[in-house]
Amino acid sequence: MADTRTLIVDGTEVEVPVTYTLLQACEAAGAEIPRFCFHERLSIAGNCRMCLVELKGAPKPVASCAYAVRDCRPGPNGEPPQVLTKSPLTKKAREGVMEFLLINHPLDCPICDQGGECDLQDQAMAYGVDTSRFEENKRAVENKYIGPLVKTIMTRCIHCTRCVRFTTEVAGVSELGATGRGEDMEITTFLERAMTSELQGNVIDLCPVGALTSRPYAFKARPWELNKTESIDVMDALGSAIRVDSRNTEVMRILPRTNELVNEEWISDKTRFVFDGLRTQRLDRPYLRENGRLRAATWQEAFAAIADKVKAAAPEKLGAIAGDLANVEEMFALKELMSSLGSPNIDCREPYSPLHPKNGRASYVFGSTIAGIEDADAILLIGTNPRVEAAVLNSRIRKVWRAGQTQIGLIGEPADLTYSYAHLGAGPSSLDSLAAGELDFLDVLKKAERPMIIIGQGALNRADGASILSRAVKLADSIGAFGEEWNGFNVLHTAAARVGGLDLGFVPGEGGLATAEMLGMEGTAPLDVLFLLGADEYKLDAISDTFKVYIGSHGDRGAHGADVILPGAAYTEKSGTYVNTEGRAQMANRAIFPPGQAREDWSILRALSAVVGKTLPFDSLTELRNRLAESDPRYLALDEIGDVAMDGLKSLSGHAGEKPGSEPFVSCVPDFFLTNPIARASAVMAECSSLRLGPRAEAAE
Amino acid sequence: MAVRRLAEQQPDSFAFTPENSSWAEKEIAKYPEGRQASAVISLLWRAQEQEGWVTKPAIETIAHMLAMPEIRVLEVATFYTMFHLAPVGTKAHVQVCGTTPCMLRGSDELKKVCQRRIAEHPHEVSADGAFSWEEVECLGACVNAPMVQIFSDTYEDLTPESFEAILDDFAAGRTPRPGTQVDRQHSAPQSGLTSLTEIDGGSEQVLRDPPRGAPVEGKARERVEGGNGASVPAGKPTPANEDLAGGVPEEPQQAVGRNEAAATPSGKQELAGRPTGAGRPDEEAARSEPTDTGSENLGAEPHKETTQEQAEKGAGREPDKTSRDASGGTDKK
Repeated sequence: MADTRTLIVDGTEVEVPVTYTLLQACEAAGAEIPRFCFHERLSIAGNCRMCLVELKGAPKPVASCAYAVRDCRPGPNGEPPQVLTKSPLTKKAREGVMEFLLINHPLDCPICDQGGECDLQDQAMAYGVDTSRFEENKRAVENKYIGPLVKTIMTRCIHCTRCVRFTTEVAGVSELGATGRGEDMEITTFLERAMTSELQGNVIDLCPVGALTSRPYAFKARPWELNKTESIDVMDALGSAIRVDSRNTEVMRILPRTNELVNEEWISDKTRFVFDGLRTQRLDRPYLRENGRLRAATWQEAFAAIADKVKAAAPEKLGAIAGDLANVEEMFALKELMSSLGSPNIDCREPYSPLHPKNGRASYVFGSTIAGIEDADAILLIGTNPRVEAAVLNSRIRKVWRAGQTQIGLIGEPADLTYSYAHLGAGPSSLDSLAAGELDFLDVLKKAERPMIIIGQGALNRADGASILSRAVKLADSIGAFGEEWNGFNVLHTAAARVGGLDLGFVPGEGGLATAEMLGMEGTAPLDVLFLLGADEYKLDAISDTFKVYIGSHGDRGAHGADVILPGAAYTEKSGTYVNTEGRAQMANRAIFPPGQAREDWSILRALSAVVGKTLPFDSLTELRNRLAESDPRYLALDEIGDVAMDGLKSLSGHAGEKPGSEPFVSCVPDFFLTNPIARASAVMAECSSLRLGPRAEAAE
Repeated sequence: MAVRRLAEQQPDSFAFTPENSSWAEKEIAKYPEGRQASAVISLLWRAQEQEGWVTKPAIETIAHMLAMPEIRVLEVATFYTMFHLAPVGTKAHVQVCGTTPCMLRGSDELKKVCQRRIAEHPHEVSADGAFSWEEVECLGACVNAPMVQIFSDTYEDLTPESFEAILDDFAAGRTPRPGTQVDRQHSAPQSGLTSLTEIDGGSEQVLRDPPRGAPVEGKARERVEGGNGASVPAGKPTPANEDLAGGVPEEPQQAVGRNEAAATPSGKQELAGRPTGAGRPDEEAARSEPTDTGSENLGAEPHKETTQEQAEKGAGREPDKTSRDASGGTDKK
């Protein structure tokens, strides 16, 4: 690490590690180096030549992205190597490269979706010349079909191969390639098949020109007319950093932001392309079920109907379930409302989930942290398919796997995870035999300095979940996953709301009912009134007698079964805190307003509380947040994970509980593209889903 | 060069013949575990030899054999112009060198012959399906320009007439004698030696012009039936001149340094270690046919004595003798 080398970049002396490339060294010295093919997170190709700089002593300009600091020779008298990024030679070299790049580039910027945010456009302005000496015909390339998400205009391609390297290295599917050679080189998939990666949308961001653009966003907007709102994604439990680009009342597109600790700079396709689901299937006014049919109603009518039922019901006959997309503020409001109504029946967890805040925070968060995956030297996946449950996190696992030192084992459904792993078995019995030392992988885990156990919801949300959780904790303890500096026990959530809810204590109180009981999965329906805060993933058939109040944004499963629908805001339409799977509280911001009469969910609950006579003690989001911070100061420290207490977790290993069942673990995400009401409302996601799974009959609901 | 795409009409399936399959297994086994993809070019080439061209099912089959993504095999197949991505003539695919030396020596005339006799455009198969042609870049026989390559053999010093005669031979199912088509040895001056006419400084002995072997007749090379019935040439790449090729299988580049390498035992061992056409007897026969002296040396000299003498000399040398010595000694006879 301490091995550094001194360079002189444009007269500035700079000391950089020998592992740096010249380009990185120049950047460290504050010099700007134009580039197309180079990307920090991809391998070095060195084929665009835009990063040429003059290196004193070298006969020709060198491609700084591919030239190691280690290889720079000192001057004749031992003076540090000198790099010139503003010399006439460098300038001429850049102009020459740019002229070559533009020879075959169509210069159709006025009709190009990349216009305004195009690397080639910007760099041609900065480093190019204003004429071309090329008088011959330009090359034209046929467009390729590479899937429903990425549109290709291949004549614009400058062959930087970033997309090929991304799909091969990060996404882990070798689907894109460069056929032909020289001028005839073309980027394509084999036989123009659609790409299968769930990270493929990132090639749109990577493409420095307009060759790969977003198909759903094609010809919709120009970057300079969009309002850009920094926010947090809720499609999975990672809380990826996103930027929501909106125009007037519409979200036009969603782009990733860089957050090294969570998503680096990638987002999954669901995150990126779900935005058309924000416009369709929206609940824009309250509905009331009369004589078995839903009719549009006013807020007053809806509230009055709810108030009647709530006042008529005994407190223990009231219940509330928070769904997957709820933010902390609205869950807090709902929790306060329920407690003021005197009901202990609240739950934010999936049926049979054994996760509980009483066991300490470490028992339900991703303890190693997402960035910590890169330090792991052995990973055991239990009942999870991270590729569909958390695609960006999966690329992190792939990254550490590619580094070559990490071994990965899986207990659960075998699947193509984009890396090789040892499949240790399908169900709880394999977990037992692993713990008993019957499988060699136990040695791998024991030898590892920083072993990781990632347990998915597929292993937990079942009747024997508690016993499996205990066994997993016991195994983690036995392999030394709980070190001074290292917590190797990780719960991978799939719902953006889950950890926030658990942190909040949105679980049944004394004598309260859990989700499964409230939904009538254990015998008869016990409740008279059930509040569903965006809870769409559950079957409501068994509780047809219960008066169901659905608060949410989309007309999906929850709304279909509800007796009163209160239209809420989607995640792009409200400011709210989400706690991701590692326990990091992050703030999502409002990009647009909710449609029609829809309101932010917390304010709906606040208004409702007044109608039922239990007015909540806050009138604004700020007041709500102040109360929230009073109850738990953790919410003041945004973007931090906070304290993860281990005590409760370790006590779990003490009682491994009854013997678990024998059913194999099944991933809780059967269809990556259709995991929440917004995605199910999206035509793009539907197309991706049918492409992935083949055409299916419409689910009859 | 044009954009290279897979042909529109593709066969339904591809499978290596049993011989080629076992060959492919050996080829793959040459590479360490995890590096099997290195065999992709040789497998594609063998698939082309078997089928005449590289088909989509062949690409898929090879990708499967090497556990490679299909796109990676396609990249290789489209990168190298030597892989034909569309059917070629069953009797001959003529590759006309059109690079400067050949062009100056009349390759345009050869192309006109192709256009007249085969098809108007390159890569187009003639009406009867027997012939196709294309223009290629330099094939390295500039001294004998103009030249064409048909399958693995080159035909040099061509005129439109001699080229047509070669095409006639192929049409009739014969394989013409490869190499130069005029009266000279390899690339030696047609008018006789112009330099190095004396041996050993003062000797008066002058090297005679080597006699030319009688061309063509009786030399029709066997053609084997491909796995799916397509007629394909037997030959693997062999040196342009069969005279020299006899003992040096699969070493085309030896055309220059042939006698040096062969004159040292180590060179021999190296050659002996090379895979021969085992399992392909027809090819072996074809290869040893033209001259069966078995000489690795500059063996066009028909005097058997001399050849043996050279061989003995060569065999007796120390392995570490420089090749310069070896060739000097060879000249000294």
